[in-house]
Amino acid sequence: MAILETKELTRRFGETTAVDRLTISIDPGEVFGLLGPNGAGKTTAIKMLTTLLPPTSGEARVGGFDVIRHARDVRRIIGYVPQMLSADGTLTGYENLLIFAKLYDIPRTVRESRVRDALALMGLDDAANKLVRNYSGGMIRRLEIAQSMLHEPCVLFLDEPTVGLDPLARQAVWERIEELRSEFGTTILLTTHYMEEADSLCSRVAIMHVGQVMALGTPAELKASIGGNGATLDQVFVHYAGTELDSGGNYRETFRTRRTARRVG
Amino acid sequence: MRLSEQGVPRGGLASPALPRTVANPLAAVSSFIYKTSVIAELEARKLSHDPTELITRAVQPALWLLVFGQVFTRVRAIPTGNLSYLDFMAPGILAQSVLFIAIFYGIAVIWERDLGIIHKFLASPTPRAALVLGKALSAGVRSLSQAIIIYVLALLLGVHLNWNPLALLAVMSVVVIGAAFFSTFSLIIACLVKTRERFMGIGQVLTMPLFFASNAIYPISMMPGWLQVISHLNPLTYEVDALRGLMLVGGAGVYGLGMDLAILLAATVALVLVAAHLYPQVAI
Repeated sequence: MAILETKELTRRFGETTAVDRLTISIDPGEVFGLLGPNGAGKTTAIKMLTTLLPPTSGEARVGGFDVIRHARDVRRIIGYVPQMLSADGTLTGYENLLIFAKLYDIPRTVRESRVRDALALMGLDDAANKLVRNYSGGMIRRLEIAQSMLHEPCVLFLDEPTVGLDPLARQAVWERIEELRSEFGTTILLTTHYMEEADSLCSRVAIMHVGQVMALGTPAELKASIGGNGATLDQVFVHYAGTELDSGGNYRETFRTRRTARRVG
Repeated sequence: MRLSEQGVPRGGLASPALPRTVANPLAAVSSFIYKTSVIAELEARKLSHDPTELITRAVQPALWLLVFGQVFTRVRAIPTGNLSYLDFMAPGILAQSVLFIAIFYGIAVIWERDLGIIHKFLASPTPRAALVLGKALSAGVRSLSQAIIIYVLALLLGVHLNWNPLALLAVMSVVVIGAAFFSTFSLIIACLVKTRERFMGIGQVLTMPLFFASNAIYPISMMPGWLQVISHLNPLTYEVDALRGLMLVGGAGVYGLGMDLAILLAATVALVLVAAHLYPQVAI
């Protein structure tokens, strides 16, 4: 009954293997976390699952549709919030949503109410007609999540949804994600390198390191697996993802992450 | 698409929630047009929030008409047939300002790429060609504002403009097609170079040759042979030619409006197809 399945999914960039034989299966309604340091292959995996990047080998299905052969169908049933800033700052929040409502073929009769509901759910009614460039980081993230769920997707991909947010804004985003799961039963795949985020949101997590899944299970299982009574997920992370400080991230990536953090922060 | 291959989703997923897209050609075409218009609407909304760009863009064509045009009208060095030099160059300057707006259009794509906006569009069920064409048409909308400014200037300078409504409509169409062509060209460059610095460099290198190797400010017959060949390969030449026939009282193109439009349209369609193919690679 998996809603998302990958088999030996692999992506190489020249000599480097960004994602190495990823095999996972996610059930409907799960919140699944991909954890790992920068450069572990989380974003590359998400890009393949959202049809943005063709895999080098292996296969992946979302909602039963192959990400290569039935890319258009996959795109109709997924929502995607990229790691980087993806709301348009030169438009209002309402316009950002309206355009995506149209691109996702939401019928005219329900379009307006759907947009209003999404704004309300994300607590953005008051800011709806302000330009997004004047939003705070947390508001932008909530708008982006609203944008990605307008068409009631079966699977929602959130790539580092809380990067660069202060603790309060992060808490607000977590609450919205939790609501999506409980109210709509949306299956969510998120990436993060915050352990507490995975701990509080995810039903299962996979810890990735240089493209490979090192461990997979519920947060409780993973903690138990390293034997520590009262082990934290942080310790699990260090255990499986190694301790090398220079494991990933290049100049460009760092530049992007920091700029995103600055712009949304 | 063969029906047998579409199959039922594996694992017995609830099918009502996940019907496959129906491959009805008519619906596909109307959906394509609709999505294109949504992308164009998006760009128009952006512009409506911040129209200052349009005004600053008007400075350069104004200088060309006022300074260059005035001086060369006195020199009488350029054979322009029965037209005054200012009349002759007004359509050329309109085409030039459209070119200058359109050729740097790709920078917005690089900006959107760096932010991550493009990724979200590419992950939506919007045809790639609609994303590209919608942007191209919005460059056309921007260019129409240029046309208005140039018409006002030309009127003040005493250019003999043709105010026939049909001709005006045709001028608008040619401007939009020309902008669509060059903005798509720009988008292709952006897809290939991917960084702002390289893009700006290439943009600078391209604009002047495109402008001077055309009939915008002097007739092609004046040029040396090799430059004539290049000018005939330059779509700007056909844009200017069409505008010259449509904008002026007593103006006439060299190649005929039908030929001009056919070349511009064919070139635009070809570039949109190339761009639609390259566009997804921006996200990688």
